[in-house]
Amino acid sequence: MSRRRAAQEPRWVRWSLTAIGLVFLFAFLGLPLAAVFVEALAQGWSAYVAALAEPEARAAVGLSIGIALAALPLNILFGVAAAWAVAKFDFRGKSLLVTLIDLPFAVSPVVAGLIFILLFGVNGVFGAWLTAHEIKVIFAVPGMVLATLFITFPFVARELIPLMQSQGKDEEEAAISLGASGWQMFWRVTLPNIKWGLLYGVILANARALGEFGAVSVVSGHIRGETNTLPLHVEILYNEYNQVGAFAAASVLALLALLTLVAKTVVEWRMQKEMAMLNAELPPEKTA
Amino acid sequence: MSAPHSPPRVLPGLGLGLGYALVYLSLIVLIPLGALILKSSELGLHGILDIATGERALAALRVTFGASLAAAAINGVFGLIVAWMLVRYDFPGKRLVDSLVDLPFALPTAVAGITLATLYAGNGWIGRWLEPLGLKVAYTPLGIVVALTFIGLPFVVRTLQPVIEDIEPEVEEAAATLGASRWQTFVRILFPAIFPALLTGFSLAFARALGEYGSVIFIAGNLPLVSEITPLLIISKLEQYDLLGATALAVVMLAISFVLLLAINLLQWWAANRHRGSVVEGARP
Repeated sequence: MSRRRAAQEPRWVRWSLTAIGLVFLFAFLGLPLAAVFVEALAQGWSAYVAALAEPEARAAVGLSIGIALAALPLNILFGVAAAWAVAKFDFRGKSLLVTLIDLPFAVSPVVAGLIFILLFGVNGVFGAWLTAHEIKVIFAVPGMVLATLFITFPFVARELIPLMQSQGKDEEEAAISLGASGWQMFWRVTLPNIKWGLLYGVILANARALGEFGAVSVVSGHIRGETNTLPLHVEILYNEYNQVGAFAAASVLALLALLTLVAKTVVEWRMQKEMAMLNAELPPEKTA
Repeated sequence: MSAPHSPPRVLPGLGLGLGYALVYLSLIVLIPLGALILKSSELGLHGILDIATGERALAALRVTFGASLAAAAINGVFGLIVAWMLVRYDFPGKRLVDSLVDLPFALPTAVAGITLATLYAGNGWIGRWLEPLGLKVAYTPLGIVVALTFIGLPFVVRTLQPVIEDIEPEVEEAAATLGASRWQTFVRILFPAIFPALLTGFSLAFARALGEYGSVIFIAGNLPLVSEITPLLIISKLEQYDLLGATALAVVMLAISFVLLLAINLLQWWAANRHRGSVVEGARP
């Protein structure tokens, strides 16, 4: 690795580029990360714990987790279904489908919230019907789940499509021709092959679901203790100049973000290892 | 048509997979976005443009575009340096730094927003050094650029890293052997190779910045005509029960997003084709 390259920058260039890069990352990533915890603990440990033990903070944590748990399974199912169809078959309009899957990434979170108000709000398409049946979607939890579904829609599919495309369909075809049923093939061949990619997508989707602010804010109505997720709770406390409370809640989210990064790195490492094992198995067959 | 010798479609599940995918895509994405188009048709093209070119809306669009462009440009320059440093150089803690680059993807935008606002306020860790220099960042358009730079940081780095990794060292060595200086090699060989990826990363960061809301509103100051971004204007129209006004602005933003998405797809296609042409064939199955 440390082989001296005939073509490498002079040492002073390497050092100054590294210094510039690290200073930039320190200012934009390191300092904010540190500041979250310093601000949260500014008035000591007991104030920090008290801020987190408040019933409203606890309700917000519960709601955030609940919304993520409601939104993730449907999107996982979609991701697997869409990736299966796109990666293993040919059909007309495939590239259009792939583009449409990415669409929610291109839409502003605020617009993502607005479209559900246009559908389910009082003056929305289904507004009159919902009011007549006394069903609340907007300014209630169902609307927040819908907005989260929209925002986290592409994550799993987007990880799985390239992965399953690169794996081809030989193994599945072998399983079927040896007499496996469709479900046996899926559970014994496909799922073990895609498990790390699937987990990777779920980790990213989960982080986004827990942290989403704009879309959820538009449809939540900000009812304290009822439709307040943890990020919305952070906003309310911050706007009330409750610095310690806001940053205490923010520190929980920051810890979750760090956990996400660790999990992501571990999964990436596992995927690389499996790829390396796969490649190590290949050459003898090829040379034969 | 079912000739006995035609190869049977062995794998099951196309109907189930594609069927579920299409129904779910329609329910969650297409029908809701369709509702936006439907609502905006009440206004017509003229009505939409009237609202979008109002003084406050135009100023918001200008701030949103300007700040997003500036942030994407900053990320283009520093993201290139960071990606280069992470691929080519060795330094202690490199793996940790590499994982940390994804922090803006993982950290909720509201957390980023209040933290950056606190850091860059007059008495904050960074603000207290900038303020004596006459640089006010928090609660000015400059603050929006800072927040959007944070949000877009991983896009450029993560798009560039694999491309820089794929550059064959032989090409650079050949250039050096033939007498090119390091700078000439960079300008003539390396930069053209990574330029499509740089442009893609820049566009991704730009597209993300245009729609960003959570991290910006805390640091922006949100002064109409000065530091108000379009997503915030949509929300304030919603809060005034001006559903049509909000819809008109949302449609304009959606149209811009579509164009950008199309441009990014074209860019990636172009980059992939260029790349394929330059890599020695036969190395991969």
